Amino acid sequence: MTTMTYEQAMEEFDPVFGIEVHVELNTKTKMFCGCANEFGAEPNTQVCPVCLGLPGAMPVTNDKAVESAIRLGLALGCSIRESSRFARKNYFYPDLAKDYQISQYDEPTCYEGSLDVVLDDGTVVTIGIERAHMEEDAGKNTHVGGTGGIQGADYSLVDYNRGGVPLVEIVTKPITGMGARTAEVARAYVATIRDIVRALDISDGRMEQGSVRADVNLSLRPKAVAGESQDDVPFGKRSETKNVNSLRAIERAVHFEAARQASLLLGGQPVVQETRHWHEDTSSTTPGRSKEEAEDYRYFPEPDLLPVEPSREWVEELRSTIPEHPAKMRARLREEWGFSDLEMRDVVAADALILIAATVQAGTTAQAARKWWMGELSRVANDREVALTALPVTPDAIAELQGLIDEGKINDKLARQALEGVLAGEGSPAEVVASRGLEVVSDDSALEKAVDDALAAQPDVLAKIQDGKVQAAGAIVGAVMKATRGQADAGRVREIILQRAGVEG
Amino acid sequence: MSEHTVDWTRATAARMADALAAGEVTSVELVQAHLDRIAAVDGPVHAFLHIDAEGALETARAVDADRAAGKELPRLAGVPIGIKDVLVTKGLPTTAGSRILEGWIPPYDATVTRRVREARMPILGKTNMDEFAMGSSTEHSGYGPTCNPWDLERIPGGSGGGSAAALAAFEAPLTIGSDTGGSIRQPASVTATVGVKPTYGGVSRFGAIALASSLDQLGPCGRTVLDTALLHEVMGGHDEMDATSLNEPVPACVDAALEGAQMDLTGVKIGVVRELSGADGGYQAGVTQRFDESLERLKGMGAEIVEVSCPSFEYALAAYYVILPSEASSNLAKFDSVRFGLRVEKTTVEKTMLATRAEGFGDEVKRRIILGTYALSAGYYDAYYGSAQKVRTLVQRDFDAAFAQCDVLVSPTTPTTPFKIGERIDDPLAMYLNDIATIPANLAGIPGMSLPSGVAPEDGLPTGFQILAPAHEDARLYRIGAALEASLTAEWGGPLSAQAPELEVAE
Amino acid sequence: MSSLERSDVARLAALARIDMTDADLDRLSGQLAVIVDAVAKVAEVAGEDVPATSHPIPMANIHREDEVRPSLSQDDALAAAPEAEDGRFRVPQILGEEA
Ligand SMILES: [Mg+2]
Ligand SMILES: [Zn+2]
Repeated sequence: MTTMTYEQAMEEFDPVFGIEVHVELNTKTKMFCGCANEFGAEPNTQVCPVCLGLPGAMPVTNDKAVESAIRLGLALGCSIRESSRFARKNYFYPDLAKDYQISQYDEPTCYEGSLDVVLDDGTVVTIGIERAHMEEDAGKNTHVGGTGGIQGADYSLVDYNRGGVPLVEIVTKPITGMGARTAEVARAYVATIRDIVRALDISDGRMEQGSVRADVNLSLRPKAVAGESQDDVPFGKRSETKNVNSLRAIERAVHFEAARQASLLLGGQPVVQETRHWHEDTSSTTPGRSKEEAEDYRYFPEPDLLPVEPSREWVEELRSTIPEHPAKMRARLREEWGFSDLEMRDVVAADALILIAATVQAGTTAQAARKWWMGELSRVANDREVALTALPVTPDAIAELQGLIDEGKINDKLARQALEGVLAGEGSPAEVVASRGLEVVSDDSALEKAVDDALAAQPDVLAKIQDGKVQAAGAIVGAVMKATRGQADAGRVREIILQRAGVEG
Repeated sequence: MSEHTVDWTRATAARMADALAAGEVTSVELVQAHLDRIAAVDGPVHAFLHIDAEGALETARAVDADRAAGKELPRLAGVPIGIKDVLVTKGLPTTAGSRILEGWIPPYDATVTRRVREARMPILGKTNMDEFAMGSSTEHSGYGPTCNPWDLERIPGGSGGGSAAALAAFEAPLTIGSDTGGSIRQPASVTATVGVKPTYGGVSRFGAIALASSLDQLGPCGRTVLDTALLHEVMGGHDEMDATSLNEPVPACVDAALEGAQMDLTGVKIGVVRELSGADGGYQAGVTQRFDESLERLKGMGAEIVEVSCPSFEYALAAYYVILPSEASSNLAKFDSVRFGLRVEKTTVEKTMLATRAEGFGDEVKRRIILGTYALSAGYYDAYYGSAQKVRTLVQRDFDAAFAQCDVLVSPTTPTTPFKIGERIDDPLAMYLNDIATIPANLAGIPGMSLPSGVAPEDGLPTGFQILAPAHEDARLYRIGAALEASLTAEWGGPLSAQAPELEVAE
Repeated sequence: MSSLERSDVARLAALARIDMTDADLDRLSGQLAVIVDAVAKVAEVAGEDVPATSHPIPMANIHREDEVRPSLSQDDALAAAPEAEDGRFRVPQILGEEA
């Protein structure tokens, strides 16, 4: 069989793709019961008769989840259905407690939207959104024996803590005409969804924890021949690659599937319509369920739940809470802050954009805010192996800290010590400065004595300064700073040295 | 009154409540009397799947102590009750009549169970039922049939045959039932007891093991209309755990029953549903006769009788036997051997599920699951489930039109008196016809009652009279029912249940 | 409407996860065919213009506040499990040898 590269595949074929993204909402409780929606608890401790699917239990919809779903739909430019409802999707699987999933089928709450995705070079691509619907997550299977995967396992263990966690599933329309940029667009689309759910504060958007998960559908069709429109060429058979859970993996999955399908087609073999599993370690996919075993989900309206009928007023109220499109906000802020492209990219990659914006909002210059978040705080977060947003310090506190520097109350070195105290939970920057006694020494007599001592210790330096080698003063400044354990105002020290040398600065 | 002359098991719940309040009897005595009666007759009747003697006595002792201490207690505090095994009861076995749930002890209470406990009613035990409430005879229980105390060779109705037989055999003064297509009313009819299916949503379904969620409704069962009203008010009311629960006050059932007992129905318009009256034949002669006599009595109390027609009822049975199996096929999926219940271990999960469900479910359950799976499957949904939901709309429209002409609708509850056990077990369609008159109310969500109208002259077995009211108007059932009951018992010299043949008592 | 065949019953039983022997299929498929034919009449009466009723009493928007309620303890959650291990429900292998 011929083996194609992605680039070769794209020359020979026209790719069509679609993406389903599942977003886990950050509500306090689950979709249909009052169990806590929290990641990482002991197994089967966040379960109740409802989410454990015990006989007799009944679901009741979480109002906040509905609100989040509608806000997400609005951010994706969707229409909000006046009357939508839940449906049961019936299939047997051990992690699905009731052996049906409560989802939405023919009447999803959010439908027909579109989303602008900005690629790295600034190209804007508009992605059609078919629907965004609410549903519940399944529990988690752990496979024991074999290699730890589902294949070859001796048995499996089920934890239902995640069962019933609220999800919004966003389904795109088929995306065509992207050619060789298909992989890039797929990645940018998922990145945009992630940024939007974070900006809406409806999900933590952590792909590595599965809060945002993507399934990638891809098919290839022949390129139109002369005189034929590409739109008239029918779609090929598609594969659906499940659970591609990082941005990099999305790009790679598209590469792999395009190359695999192109190889099959050029070799005269058919592409099988099937779901496929993504393997992060090998960046490849393997077949899952094939079409012939495909389930018949027997959807029907969930009789235990009533229609969702948001009032127009409520929808408009929610619309007013929708934040700016993340890409547009980034462009605006880059302009306002005067950051270089590289600085901006680093800020975005470090998840520091919102933090910096809030710090600026609190009265700090953009460069100072960037310096704190991308410098000292990124280093601490890295050491602690936590996200920047998870550090126990607020943008307001950083603004306060910078304010103390600007007022001359502390210098950079003391500020770092003050920050250490803030991170240790000792209070606000001002409180830490006070309690740790971090204010700069501004008492001139003390500084004068320290300068005199330092000059006495290094007599040749005074002569150099008087000779016009003013930079030699640095050695004395350093000695004074050392003697005062960093609490001196270096600028003032320098002035005193120059005074002593009789050279006015 | 000297104690040994009073057989408290024959008393009404209202009488027991009054006697408890007056200090004539203790709850422990009442509970013990019923436990003794159960021990004496439940062998052959088999109304109970599980008896909780110690739990019932413990509740009784606490009630007696509180009463002695002068504490204020709910009206039915200390009056014992039996609960259909469809309701989950924390710490008490709950099986819904299925082998697949044998030995399951739920970790939580149904809302209605909680309300019964809050009403301080000692729970005698769990009553027998057709497996997952699928049936009209209780022959489909995974634990053997219940027998009709009027004739032990006959069925007590179903699915709530246990709850009805327990009343008819004086094993409990009150029981709880569930009615998806007549499972409260049809057993009441064939055992000469009273049963009410409230308006859909009037009683919380939380903790009731679901058969068909859009049809199921829990309701009270008693030997008199007033007793049933008292229990209705305990069970009913809004519950935030059930999204389909009505957010409105419980209907004033007791007041309506008391009003009805005055036997004045002046100004009341009663509609006879042509399609349910047996006018087209197919109803047992004695059933029709007792129904007609009851109409005369109602007329005699001042009611106006009108005939109404509900043409789409012809399709109701078919719609019901599409909707019920469809919803049931999904509701019963959770019995998969993973978290609770039976497991028949095989090499893979799928094989284990296949084997477990094959062994744990009875034939009727399998039939209906397959039927429902079919009706929902790709390519058939519109023809079956979709069409059945439309029939439902037509049935509702028929009821709306009928209730525009009258206050309540009436019919015989069932076409026949109880048939023999085994007679229809292999003919599902014949079995389904038992529910022809009760099913339309479930499709429309409206309330319905069955109360005794006498015994058929040809076989001496009970016949039932059904009353239907518009949604939310449950109180009307009690007013009309109590009036008819007062008129009939005046002639009989007491409740019809007292005429049941004496059961042989075990030593 | 075509009646239900024995092979249909076999497929539906597999979909509904109920093992059926040949004897089961023989017994149930005959009864089911009769029932299916009887209930097929639902398609005769209601036309396009009749809306479907899925809830008998029309209501909407019954939702719950996003407030945590107590969960079961792990012991209570697992108490009825046919088999449990490490705080989880244990099930036989999900994929068979042949998969
Ligand atoms: Mg989904
Ligand atoms: Zn829960």
